[in-house]
Amino acid sequence: MTTKLFGEPVRRREDARLITGKGRYLDDLGAGALAAAFVRSPHAHARVTDVDVEAALDVEGLVAIYTYEDLTGPMAEPMPVLIPHPQLHAPRTGYALANGVVHHVGEPVVMVVATDRYVAEDAADRIAVSYEELPVVVGVDAAREARATVHDDVPDNVAARHHQETGDVEPALAAAPHTLSFTQYIERSACMPLEGKGVHARWDADDGSLRVHSSTQASTSVRAAIAAKLELSLDRVEVIAPDVGGGFGVKIVHPWPEELLVPMAAIRLGREVKWAEDRREHFISSAHERQQRQEITVGFDDDGRITALDVHVWHDNGAYTPYGIIVPIITATQLVGPYAIPVYRVVVESVYTNTVIVTPYRGAGRPQGCYAMERTMDRIADALGLDRAEVRRRNLITPDQFPYDHRLTFQDGRPVIYDSGDYPGLLDKLVALVGWDEAGALRADAQARGKLLGIGMALYVEGTGPGPYEGGHVQVLGSGKVLVSTGLTSQGQGHETVFAQIVASELGVPIDDVEVHTGDTRRFGYAVGTFASRAAVMSGNAVALAARGVREKALRIAADVLEADPADLEIDEGQVQVKGTPGASIPLRTVAVLSNPLRYAFDQAAQQATQFVTHDDSKPPVAPGDAPGLEHRDYYSPIRSTFASGAHAAVVEIDPRTWEIDVVRYAVVHDCGNVVNPMIVEGQVQGGVAQGVGGALYERMAYDGDGQLQNASFMDFLMPYASEVPDIAIDHQETPSPLNPLGIKGAGEAGVIPGTAAIASAIEDAVGRRITSMPISPTELYDLMRDETAERTAGSQQVPLQTGVPA
Amino acid sequence: MKPAPFRYADPRSLEEALDVLTAEHGAKVLAGGQSLIPLLAMRLAAPATLVDINRVPGLDTVETTGDGVRVGALVRHDGLLRDSPDATAAARVQPLLARATANVAHPAIRNRGTTVGSIAHADPSGEMTAVLALTGGSVTVATPEGRSTVGWQDLFVGPLETSLAGPAVVVDAFFPALPARSGTAFAEISRRKGDYAVCGAGVVVTLDEDRRVAAVRASYLSVGLVPEVHDLTEAVAGKPVDGADWAAAGALARTLVDPDGDIHASADYRRLLVGVLTERTLAEAAAEALERTAA
Repeated sequence: MTTKLFGEPVRRREDARLITGKGRYLDDLGAGALAAAFVRSPHAHARVTDVDVEAALDVEGLVAIYTYEDLTGPMAEPMPVLIPHPQLHAPRTGYALANGVVHHVGEPVVMVVATDRYVAEDAADRIAVSYEELPVVVGVDAAREARATVHDDVPDNVAARHHQETGDVEPALAAAPHTLSFTQYIERSACMPLEGKGVHARWDADDGSLRVHSSTQASTSVRAAIAAKLELSLDRVEVIAPDVGGGFGVKIVHPWPEELLVPMAAIRLGREVKWAEDRREHFISSAHERQQRQEITVGFDDDGRITALDVHVWHDNGAYTPYGIIVPIITATQLVGPYAIPVYRVVVESVYTNTVIVTPYRGAGRPQGCYAMERTMDRIADALGLDRAEVRRRNLITPDQFPYDHRLTFQDGRPVIYDSGDYPGLLDKLVALVGWDEAGALRADAQARGKLLGIGMALYVEGTGPGPYEGGHVQVLGSGKVLVSTGLTSQGQGHETVFAQIVASELGVPIDDVEVHTGDTRRFGYAVGTFASRAAVMSGNAVALAARGVREKALRIAADVLEADPADLEIDEGQVQVKGTPGASIPLRTVAVLSNPLRYAFDQAAQQATQFVTHDDSKPPVAPGDAPGLEHRDYYSPIRSTFASGAHAAVVEIDPRTWEIDVVRYAVVHDCGNVVNPMIVEGQVQGGVAQGVGGALYERMAYDGDGQLQNASFMDFLMPYASEVPDIAIDHQETPSPLNPLGIKGAGEAGVIPGTAAIASAIEDAVGRRITSMPISPTELYDLMRDETAERTAGSQQVPLQTGVPA
Repeated sequence: MKPAPFRYADPRSLEEALDVLTAEHGAKVLAGGQSLIPLLAMRLAAPATLVDINRVPGLDTVETTGDGVRVGALVRHDGLLRDSPDATAAARVQPLLARATANVAHPAIRNRGTTVGSIAHADPSGEMTAVLALTGGSVTVATPEGRSTVGWQDLFVGPLETSLAGPAVVVDAFFPALPARSGTAFAEISRRKGDYAVCGAGVVVTLDEDRRVAAVRASYLSVGLVPEVHDLTEAVAGKPVDGADWAAAGALARTLVDPDGDIHASADYRRLLVGVLTERTLAEAAAEALERTAA
């Protein structure tokens, strides 16, 4: 059937709009709106002693200035702790505008509203804020040492102590034939969407209603937050996510101070107000992720099989914990990856630092967990002189072990039970795809060209599609157009395309008849948001269920008209027809017309449903229990997350004179269950790998000891260009999820997860020195290579050149 | 990231431009804007007036003679790279210019940014400042009092700082021709393609009539506060060109430079790269010198 589009590489319908400049992003809205700008703290930790706005008052075009003193009611209280957790024993959040003490550079102190952004910045420049500087804590080690504190009443800087264990780890380690203990680090990076955050608010004083557009990943929850904080009835607030230029996690955090302050100003001033974040603001006042110190002890037998694993992570959560301990929990629970670990204990201490908050960035704790586990595998292989792929193979969960219960509790509060997968299958495909067994020949070839070559791999399992739920609404209009709505938001992933594919396939209509709307609380008020690789799993299944409801109703109505049994009907290309009986059919659009009994008609089609045309006097026009219209709303709520998986391998070449690192080959084997659109999945993998390469080799947040971010621009924060991202070979495996009707697993974040681990492994293989801190740059590799005390791997004798490093 | 208020002038002649620069204290000249505009947007610079010289006639030519290449103030970087008679003539007389220009940022920036603008910006990480120094070049400066020539040694005072004061427009830069029996090469290492170099090197090797090394000079990017030219001749002087120990010249270079460290590279790493890039570029330049000697 032509309408079965599920699984096809349908071209993204949003691209024509987005790539020809016809997208409608936040800053495209409200051309006449007033503009907001913020005075932000220049200090990482300081007491605000005075705010003097006098010099700003005569700036022509200034409309309003707000400080903490101007906030009232719930707005004057701390920002919400969005996701409370019993182990988050010392949660702290900031205020919409600083109240007394600022805890990181970039924290908003004063809001300025003016006729345009230029004037607002002019006025902001003239506002003099006095500070008394306080001791600064930067980096996870300084936080642990706690010689200074970020929050006075948290003397050890520990916000949370997250702890899970699956058995008695100490005796298991004592009984292990071999043990290894080591410490390693991973640095901060950030989401860096092309479009920063942004908010536009319009207050209708006559109607008493507020319309807010926000570049968010969670419009329904932003709506609830605004209503609560500004003391408005929920029904008076609408929140719409327009086209959003990337999210990658940072826009799931909400409400951002600006998401509350801009509507507040719009109400107080009775004017449209807009704020569009600039890049520097994004660097210093949004969110980062990934810094951890990981202390690992592993026990294993002579064959390299792990018998016990004990991990202690120190996780830098920045200045506040609005998003709870989601990232630490994900690191703790996803660390085990595709491996059967008999006894596992993990403690994550989440610590405060005077830096930007840490909240999920694509991967969300998984890249760190993968780095811990995969580097452990490399160490075991090195210690025993075994092939790294073989050590992994011996520890993998086997296909007959599903569902596999890790006896851990995941980020959604539900058990970590892997639903399906084939991890040995992934590994076999990866070994073939990257040419793992030919590494020796590649190394020799590189050596002949004066280069060092190394190969590394990393495997992961990713819990995707957590609940609690998403909903979908499908409605067929009398024109034949099919409207699909879901509450979660889009940031360019291709939701319009995949949801249309799913509905077209379920309903039997041409995809061009399907129109998809997301992230608009006017259309769909119940939703959770776009994060955790959940859109396809959650809303994909919800719109499928809604489409099935519409189909059922359509068949029932059509069966009446065609005098047939609904079970004998099918829908194809928008026609309801009796199977095997050509000509016995009715267009779905006519069914839609008939579904809504009419008194009035405005066109030819509608006349068919009016009261003097229809002639069944035996029952009311709308039967009890039925409803007018050909539409259905349904929800998908999973019992628990579904677990996608994959394996990456990287081949690097290193110039032993300049220590430049070049990723020359990158292979990905990917399993996200049934694939809705393979082109979109490959695009997600490509983008994820680009961010993985960035995190491994280029990106870091270069904070100095005073908490100043030294690289807060795209000149110095090195996101890889296309020229730095290798060509990627991709292979697929499909192990459908038994947990949801469509059998799909999430695909959004996967590509980024193993990059750091695989590339660290490859570099270590190339140079024969232990890599214990990532990312790594040429200057750092040079330092490592001339450090006489640097640990050499057991495999280092295969490194061909004894690299002459000039002093 | 919006500039502070500024007045904007778009003079139609050099005289008019100088009039505005004279009348408006602290006025800045805008040509390609690839450095100035970001500084304005970040409010790191806030001149009261911008004098946009893009409509001033006569500043957009590349003039090549046997003596060298004169590049007008409105010639874009790309003007020295694209397939045109002007660019070809310039590359024949002073090949280093195009070689270095190819390393300037990305195409979009090369289409707008100007050679002379990068020199006037005096960024020690820039390619053009190093090339002006290495070729022994100069700039022509127009002031209300008339025109004068300022040699590169007198021009660069510090990072992003030139000796030009008061109302002045740099109207062109002059790059002397590559001497006989000489070859050049240029290379840089950057974190990402097109980024500012972590370290870059331009070199000129000159041979004597017996094809022995007569002179070796080098200039580096991102290793000092101002562009400098280092004479490396002593490491390889008098050696036959195919037997010269370029590594010795690299080792000498490392002792002559005094780089700083930053978040992208330590001082030691930059010194390492000075050695490697010197060795690599000298070998390349020597091959060209040999070719040009044979020809």
